[in-house]
Amino acid sequence: MFIQQLVNGLILGSTYALIALGYTMVYGIIELINFAHGEIYMFGAFAGLLLVTVLKVPFFLAFFLAMALAALLGMTVEFLAYRPLRHSTRLAALISAIGASIFLQNLALLIMGAQPYTFPSPVEAKVYQTPFFTISRLEIIILIFSFLLMIALTLFIQRTKIGKAMRAVAQDKDTASLMGININQIITVTFAIGSALGAASGVMVGIYFRTVTFSMGLMPGLKGFVAAVLGGIGNIPGAMMGGILLGITETIGAAYISSQYRDAVAFALLIMVLLLKPTGLLGRPVQEKV
Amino acid sequence: MLRIENVSAGYGSIRVLHQINLHVNEGEIVCLIGSNGVGKTTTLKTISGLLRPEEGRIYFRNRDISRTPPHKIVEMGISHVPEGRNVFPRLTVRENLELGAYARKDKAEIKRDYAMVMQTFPQLALREKQSAGTLSGGEQQMLAIGRALMSRPRLLLLDEPSMGLAPLFVLGIFEIINEINRQGTTILLVEQNAQLALRTAHRGYVMETGRIVLDDSTEALLKNSRVRKAYLGE
Ligand SMILES: Nc1ncnc2c1ncn2[C@@H]1O[C@H](COP(=O)(O)OP(=O)(O)OP(=O)(O)O)[C@@H](O)[C@H]1O
Ligand SMILES: [Mg+2]
Repeated sequence: MFIQQLVNGLILGSTYALIALGYTMVYGIIELINFAHGEIYMFGAFAGLLLVTVLKVPFFLAFFLAMALAALLGMTVEFLAYRPLRHSTRLAALISAIGASIFLQNLALLIMGAQPYTFPSPVEAKVYQTPFFTISRLEIIILIFSFLLMIALTLFIQRTKIGKAMRAVAQDKDTASLMGININQIITVTFAIGSALGAASGVMVGIYFRTVTFSMGLMPGLKGFVAAVLGGIGNIPGAMMGGILLGITETIGAAYISSQYRDAVAFALLIMVLLLKPTGLLGRPVQEKV
Repeated sequence: MLRIENVSAGYGSIRVLHQINLHVNEGEIVCLIGSNGVGKTTTLKTISGLLRPEEGRIYFRNRDISRTPPHKIVEMGISHVPEGRNVFPRLTVRENLELGAYARKDKAEIKRDYAMVMQTFPQLALREKQSAGTLSGGEQQMLAIGRALMSRPRLLLLDEPSMGLAPLFVLGIFEIINEINRQGTTILLVEQNAQLALRTAHRGYVMETGRIVLDDSTEALLKNSRVRKAYLGE
């Protein structure tokens, strides 16, 4: 029973981790909470759904196409809603983010309506039994995809020239621009990658729960944000850890306390961690900026 | 090589530089001296594009760079070592140096320059994989200079390379500055240590509250009574 909950938590948590990465990457670079990120997740799910059901694109391809489309949307949101406010107050950017979120959600409502859509299943519903837990084929696929994406992101950030530039820009924008780094370009890439990961999560969750709605980004968006803060916002391994920890805590809380308190457990965890370690699990101590 | 014409600049509504004129010829070391807060750093930031001139023009190799963004200015051959050794603390020494060559594509040549920097600063070679934040102040200054050299600049802007370093270290750094210049890099040097700056450079500018008040050969400046009183402690 307990191990089963751990496994379920890991599956849920890996989808949170993918969302959390988008928040944390954007925050790491421009210190903005991208409140529209939950809507990017929702957009990803819709894009995947429409590609599969209307355009009859194979699942595998639709998954990556949805990621690419969400990347475009993320770049557009940054360009229209955040870039013009780059040099104004943080509050202005935050309000713009909330505005972008509301706008995208209403746009989805307008185009797709309020009814839930059913995502067809890409694989046959086969369930594997082990002595300790059961897991479906779909769940295995979700786990594998999530972890592959996280590994790919880590390698990209650590090994590539753009990844190195992203880390430099996160540490010191002025000095980074003196290296010949085009800051705007790096910010664009960051939004693209974060949005693509969010969309990947959206597609997988849409397939998993078999429903896609215009408001589906709300709660997972919030949870992804909680996960990012849990891990230490701005910290990439932290976001992965925070997501998984949140997923597991939530599942276990739901199983042993009450499933009605699922969300409350998530926020209780956040409050507890922040009381003990205000910068999050892997967050650096706040440095005075000179 | 570099020509600043009637440039005014500042931060928001605060004007710091008032119509300054300054030029640097190819092959020279030119120093800009002045007390705290007169606008030396602001001058360098305006040249490298971190700040935009509010009026006036800046030309580099006869091209107007007054409105060019910093990353393009780096590509054109100006490298700015900012004040206070701004290395990327959570990147390794090697990664910091690699970023210095970000705008370049000639891989083989980058490798050569990397080896050259390691030779110039042997202390860095011992710490390649260490994160830059763990280096001592002097080592960070070396790293910042080495990183700037990785872009193969035609013009190197140095902002107070001596700041906070032990005297012996300072001499070492200045020897290296001389050597960099001998190998063909033009240098604009900002220093509070006027003595050292005037002995290193060929020509000098003296700045007071955002204005250039004197410019001459360093020999002449060293003899100038105003300079001796105000900056050489006599
Ligand atoms: N980011 C900023 N915003 C507002 N004012 C600034 C900023 N940076 C510098 N200043 C002001 O501009 C003036 C010139 O500063 P600058 O850093 O150019 O001086 P400096 O000659 O380099 O001094 P130091 O020798 O102390 O480094 C100072 O009065 C300073 O307070
Ligand atoms: Mg200064």
